Amino acid sequence: MDEDLTAGSMLYLDGVSVSFDGFKALNNLSLTVAPGEMRAIIGPNGAGKTTMMDVVTGKTPPDDGDVFFNGTQDLTALDETQIAELGIGRKFQKPTVFEMHTVEDNILLALKSDRRSRATLFWRPNSDDDHRIENILQIVRLSPLRQRIAGSLSHGQKQWLEIGMLLAQEPKLLLVDEPVAGMTDAETRQTAELLKEINRDRTVIVVEHDMTFVRDLGVKVTCLHEGTAIAEGSIDQVSANQRVIEVYLGR
Amino acid sequence: MSAFPLTRTLDRATVVVLALLAAFAILVPLLNLAVPVSSPFHVSSYFVALFGKYICYAILALSIDLIWGYCGILSLGHGAFFALGGYAMGMYLMRQIGTRGVYANPILPDFMVFLNWPELPVYWYGFQHFPYALLMIVLVPGLLAFVFGWFAFRSRVTGVYLSIITQALTYALLLGFFRNNFGFGGNNGLTDFKDILGFNVQAPGTRATLFATSTLALMIGFLICRSIVASKFGKVLIAIRDAESRTRFLGYRVESYKLFVFTLSACMAGVAGALYVPQVGIINPSEFSPGNSIEAVIWVAVGGRGTLTGAILGAILVNYGKTFFTSGPLAPYWLFMLGGLFVAVTLLLPRGIVGTAQHWFALRRATQPDAQAATSGEPAPRPAE
Repeated sequence: MDEDLTAGSMLYLDGVSVSFDGFKALNNLSLTVAPGEMRAIIGPNGAGKTTMMDVVTGKTPPDDGDVFFNGTQDLTALDETQIAELGIGRKFQKPTVFEMHTVEDNILLALKSDRRSRATLFWRPNSDDDHRIENILQIVRLSPLRQRIAGSLSHGQKQWLEIGMLLAQEPKLLLVDEPVAGMTDAETRQTAELLKEINRDRTVIVVEHDMTFVRDLGVKVTCLHEGTAIAEGSIDQVSANQRVIEVYLGR
Repeated sequence: MSAFPLTRTLDRATVVVLALLAAFAILVPLLNLAVPVSSPFHVSSYFVALFGKYICYAILALSIDLIWGYCGILSLGHGAFFALGGYAMGMYLMRQIGTRGVYANPILPDFMVFLNWPELPVYWYGFQHFPYALLMIVLVPGLLAFVFGWFAFRSRVTGVYLSIITQALTYALLLGFFRNNFGFGGNNGLTDFKDILGFNVQAPGTRATLFATSTLALMIGFLICRSIVASKFGKVLIAIRDAESRTRFLGYRVESYKLFVFTLSACMAGVAGALYVPQVGIINPSEFSPGNSIEAVIWVAVGGRGTLTGAILGAILVNYGKTFFTSGPLAPYWLFMLGGLFVAVTLLLPRGIVGTAQHWFALRRATQPDAQAATSGEPAPRPAE
């Protein structure tokens, strides 16, 4: 690997390959995301978008290639918990919140804090945590629903709650997988606003199919196809790319 | 560090359960010992012995509910920890027999003399001391659970696979303890106990004291479990139960959490077994049989998993049913009834008795006008529980 290239990047993937039973989910994928950037990743189904997130968050170890976080931290040797502790948060494609807990408890569990069992065993409610929870609920527009059981929220509200949980972790890098899938137009617009707000002090990678949403975000776009990046640039450049039209947009 | 946050733990329901158990612990021995047999208020020694046994089962059920109801770990081998605690107590009781055994050997239990063993095996050393036996009652099941859990949870064995290996664990122990050369009395196990701490185990006073002690242990166990599930730690457990990988991605070390509760739960089961043995007068390898562990899980399912009180209620109700039906003409059909009960509860009452009651009360509360908004989707804050 090249020190100069990784230095100064928030996330650096070089030549990453992952195969499942001979199927190459990622094929020599290289991608660099700068600190403070928001990057949208698009591509047809099976392009490797989710696998890329799995590699970054430690769920799937890559067969080959380098994955560096914050310039120096090699992620390939770490597991999910360690990577989460480093400051990488992930939102799943399907909203994954703790359905039996209240909205408040969902955020409480996500709040950046000592994760060891002794600390949680002797934890007491305190005004500091209370304020942090309220702040986050205001950002994701869920404060009025604070005491509701998360399982009773609407789909869009669950998505926001999960984004709120990500914020509570205070990560340096957020991976957001299809945040607007199944949302109404109004919710989609609000989510774009929300992500832009979050991007003010964190690096964000968004995987999304919804091209209007990606256009709303107005950020640099990478198009994946068959596990490789085939185009990168502004949304207009990428959507004008002949390969991209062929494999993705044109269909 | 401060003590457990008792103020949050002691909600109204907990206080009620603890008060009921305390009343039970005091009244039953009192009505048994101090009230003459002729009085209608007399509690028979049969009742004391029977319910003493049920209380031990309730502690076992509680330990299963802690891991299954709150953390999603379905152990089908918890009877093993119960039996190990029982054996540790049995070994103490055997050493108390001394020269009163059939062979009158001051050191060796009868079965060792019978097998022509020249001396006491090393692992029997120290069991004549009660404090040492107490330590082993907690330590042996705890240590086994720790080692077992360390491997299982680190390798991320979950769900039905974990349940199967816990069954294998208890079955392996069953086979081991059946063997004479294992040194625990083989097929016959340990029995013919005489004294516990110098008191005759058969005496009504001792039995009443054991009953009270068991109920006290149940109260302590309940309080510990309640403190855990009411803490943030408990919220993490539920999070693991409902979305394990989400919890991992939040940065929690899921395996340490599981290991902690699993080990604690095994220690509780060990205590339950230790209290059980002097009350029933025998411990033998059949306590390890896989069926026992499954039965204990049924108690929890019937009472309502994830409620703690349900585990206690389920253990007592199902066992009372067992005693009632197996002593009548319906005895041959008990196992069918137990199986039918499990199927019926799973299909008709998936939350169990206490779970269903709680759900019903929650619904009722939600349909009252002042709380209407909270369920109909209106953004009205509901008072915290």
